[in-house]
Amino acid sequence: MEVKDEKKSPYPVLTQIECKACGRCIISCPKGCLEMSKEINQRGYHYVVYTGTGCTGCANCFYSCPEPNAIEVHIPKKD
Amino acid sequence: MAEKIIGRLSGLYKEFPRKGGTAPTATHYCPGCGHGILHKLIGEAMGDLEIADRTIVISPVGCSVFAYYYFNCGNIQVAHGRAPAVATGISRAEDNAVVISYQGDGDLASIGLNETLQAANRGEKLAVFFVNNTIYGMTGGQMAPTTLIGEKTTTCPTGRDPRFSGYPIHMCELINNLKAPVFIERVAISDIKNIRKARRAVRKALEIQRDGKGYAFVEVLSNCPTNLKQDSQESIDFINNVMTKEFPLGNLRDNSEEAESFKRSVSDFSIDSINGLYDLKNDSSPDAINDPEFGDVQVKVAGFGGQGVLSMGLILARAACKDSRHVSWYPSYGPEQRGGTSNCSVMISGELVGSPVVHSPDVLIAMNRPSLEKFADDVEPGGVIIYDSVASDFKFKQGVKAVAVPARQLAAKGGSERAANTVMLGVLKTLGCTKLSDEVFYQAIADNFAAKPKLIDLNHKILDQAAKWTKENIK
Repeated sequence: MEVKDEKKSPYPVLTQIECKACGRCIISCPKGCLEMSKEINQRGYHYVVYTGTGCTGCANCFYSCPEPNAIEVHIPKKD
Repeated sequence: MAEKIIGRLSGLYKEFPRKGGTAPTATHYCPGCGHGILHKLIGEAMGDLEIADRTIVISPVGCSVFAYYYFNCGNIQVAHGRAPAVATGISRAEDNAVVISYQGDGDLASIGLNETLQAANRGEKLAVFFVNNTIYGMTGGQMAPTTLIGEKTTTCPTGRDPRFSGYPIHMCELINNLKAPVFIERVAISDIKNIRKARRAVRKALEIQRDGKGYAFVEVLSNCPTNLKQDSQESIDFINNVMTKEFPLGNLRDNSEEAESFKRSVSDFSIDSINGLYDLKNDSSPDAINDPEFGDVQVKVAGFGGQGVLSMGLILARAACKDSRHVSWYPSYGPEQRGGTSNCSVMISGELVGSPVVHSPDVLIAMNRPSLEKFADDVEPGGVIIYDSVASDFKFKQGVKAVAVPARQLAAKGGSERAANTVMLGVLKTLGCTKLSDEVFYQAIADNFAAKPKLIDLNHKILDQAAKWTKENIK
């Protein structure tokens, strides 16, 4: 039952290579479910990762991110 | 499982191959820069409103000079501050186009201020996105017209002082004094609440363009993390707590409901319509006939303003036109109405005229001595100089034929001292150096004085007398 609910939850898709570590998405996330990585990506930036829980699909992260290809928000349809 | 995906904006390219380099899917902007966010808002609205295939984005000068890497639509990049003029041209040439001008504070509010206000005042069909971050970003953080009082930049290192640099310029408020604009709003790319308000304003401005309703101006307060040395949170705080004190957010005008789609009448450039407008008979300017054997005749007419130098050139040009020659008339004169030096170049050719400039005339007509001093040496060997005999002591170079004409006396005798130019024209005609028939000179004078018929007879008479004088005196 829990597994099924989780699959139905919205989630962000963060493309590691596109992130420049500005952190605007972290500031705008109302649930605090994004965080900065300790590692760096191939372009030499730290990058934002999803903690794995809490996303409500509000897409604040997408709209506050300056990069066109770094973030998508996926929202499963209810039925 | 079916999903709704927020992202993947069709108004922006998936990859940016124009950009080159090693990161073809990332923008060239600094981390945290507001440009990328605004690009996304515009790209999203362009896609949602289904206008991308008739949209042209004009990239500015500034960091967003490369906006054309990103927008999946028609793109042009223009000189600093010139976007309103180019946008006007595009919008008027392509009536169905959605034209977006994307400009920064240096571009729009400094070098481009005049054009911005003029385009707004004309109510051009144009969405302007004005990115105001209070600083010149691309060039390294110099003072901008929108720099805040006390704000430090590389060109005001102790802070902007209004006693030297005036006050931050308020573009929305300036434009709000004009009647034509349909929509004016100031928004901010700061926290998510303001970004979402900005999203609505961007969409509104583009809806107005989709419907062809006129001018929309959206000022977008944004950041410059690099030059202002702020991280994302500091950027947001600076915009929300400092910039908005000087530049209050909000809508200043929204006439989008009442505004109607622009309907401009179609311009008619046909010969018939132009002849009608200028009250010309249809046969007054016959089309030129290509006749390479004619070669060309280059004439310079010079004197002081008021001697009829320019009008003589015009009459000669009309005569050549009557003769179905290609012809150009090119005046050059000082700011004075009378008394300054004045000259014009007339190019008569059997083929299309490439340049109207005459450097080495075949014929020089000099109404006074300074004109001889200025142009006599330029005349081609074998050329002719017709000059007023008041300059009788002038020394001519070898190989040119110099003809002194007592133009003023002949004109006075003929009935008007002011017609000295017609005397010169008569000498020119009779010497045959223009290769034009006699008849067209008479027709050209008739056309030139069509509004004052008395002057036609007078000038025809003077033309005759000049011809007679030439035959009697010049071999």
